[in-house]
Amino acid sequence: MSPALFILALFLAISFALGLMARRGRTMNLEQWTVAGRGFGALFVFLLMAGEIYTTFTFLGGSGWAYGRGAPAFYIICYGAIAFTISYFLLPAIWRFASRHQLHSQADFFALKFNSRPLGVLVALVSFAACVPYLVLQLKGLGIIVSETSYGTISPNVAVWLTTVALVTYVIVSGVHGSAWTAVLKDVMILGVAVGLGIYLPLHYYGGYQSMFEAIERARPGFLTLAPRGMSVSWFVSTIVLTAVGFYMWPHAFASAYTARNEDVFRKNAVVMPLYQLVLLFVFFTGFAAILQVPGLKGADADLSLLRLSKLAFSPALVGLIGAAGLLTAMVPGSMLLMTGATILAKNVYGALAPRAGEAAISRLARALVPLFALLAALLTIHGGEAIVPLLLLGYSVVTQLCPAIYLGLSERPWITSTGVIAGILAGEATVAAVSISGATLAKLFPGWPSVITDLNIGIVALIGNSVVMLVVSAVTQPAQRPNVKATAG
Amino acid sequence: MKRSRPYRALAVIPALLILVGAPLLNGVPGYVFGLPVMLAWIVGCVLATSLTMAVIAALDRRRDREERGGAEPR
Repeated sequence: MSPALFILALFLAISFALGLMARRGRTMNLEQWTVAGRGFGALFVFLLMAGEIYTTFTFLGGSGWAYGRGAPAFYIICYGAIAFTISYFLLPAIWRFASRHQLHSQADFFALKFNSRPLGVLVALVSFAACVPYLVLQLKGLGIIVSETSYGTISPNVAVWLTTVALVTYVIVSGVHGSAWTAVLKDVMILGVAVGLGIYLPLHYYGGYQSMFEAIERARPGFLTLAPRGMSVSWFVSTIVLTAVGFYMWPHAFASAYTARNEDVFRKNAVVMPLYQLVLLFVFFTGFAAILQVPGLKGADADLSLLRLSKLAFSPALVGLIGAAGLLTAMVPGSMLLMTGATILAKNVYGALAPRAGEAAISRLARALVPLFALLAALLTIHGGEAIVPLLLLGYSVVTQLCPAIYLGLSERPWITSTGVIAGILAGEATVAAVSISGATLAKLFPGWPSVITDLNIGIVALIGNSVVMLVVSAVTQPAQRPNVKATAG
Repeated sequence: MKRSRPYRALAVIPALLILVGAPLLNGVPGYVFGLPVMLAWIVGCVLATSLTMAVIAALDRRRDREERGGAEPR
């Protein structure tokens, strides 16, 4: 076993121990397992949200995109800031409704808000579908970390299986309390590692930031500028908007808002989270530093750049520590995603279809589904060739289709109807599915149109169609006994 | 009824600075604090977001106290 792998195993053991400790002395019913009795203060909710938001995506995906794409990667810093601004107004409203009705999941929210069981099931299926690519990218990251830190002794596929087993065990042992404590450890480590690498590597290899960027610009002119076509300004802005409005539509992020003790928690988070976002800057620096030092990583292999450069620059023990930070960054969100996905299927699909099933039976089913969901994700990880960032963008296109209904449905008596919401979501998801399965792009479908339109992120196009369908169908299906309703959908 | 809170509109400023400002600065040559101009602008916007939300949160807390203490119930 390489020293790097030994350190990785050590941190895995620590995270298991933290999970076990957190569980002791508590009875684990469904509420404790998923929303921790709604007793978390600002710090823990912050860490949980950070745990979900700063994932393998940030660590390996962010550096991978800086390495492989350049300027388009900057969207990752932008959307968080806007999403946190939205969260300040959105999350307290969601939290009030959720805690008044003792909700566990996002699908509960829809089912109760629009008084529609079919809508609850549809939302459950959509949010589960969105979790799949998100979990796949965590497993992909875990696989990369373990195989890279093993210095070639463990193949990426074997690494994916090993880490899947570890993740499942971790989730079954600990539930959300384990996530929160591991999140503390993870945040300290990722902060140290990301900032440390982002400061050391550019200085070590280039003598400074400006000289690093100048060297990149000389070697790859235009790399730090958005292209006139493709990932252009239009793509950049539409992707930021899509991901910012969709940020809290993720079922695990949505439901982690339920764990807050009071509303003030969200206010504090909206102030602190944007600053935490700047960690990404250092992750980008690492990716940029790698461009001229470990050249030749093509396509999805760009995600290896951070660890490849670390191996070049540091001793195996230090690489192990970097890998351990990456491991935790994938474990925390991975465990949340696994738990959320399993709970959604058990409670909001099975529970809705078999209303007489008791809480104990649903809780048992949720636990049983964890390994099955993990198996599905592991198989997709091994058979799919996508890089980390496109995987997340696909998930965003899927999950953001839920947002028109949430934004317009928050009022006490929403104007939009459940039929309208269902029609809108189906229209949006059909668009996303058609485009991602056929591999079509707007630029290919409409070659004559200006690139300002054809470069738009397809998720935004689906979102617009979704909103139009939702409003039209809602107008048609208004209940007759509300004569005072005017066209004030907003 | 709760009184309106017009200062909350401040929240759109950093978002607009990002969505409009960053594209305008795309391709502008030069460096600010060692960063390409667009990236430096984005970092500045993130800091501005935190600051803006801190101001809104402080005003909201003050307003909450007033409303709890005053005649208007929440």
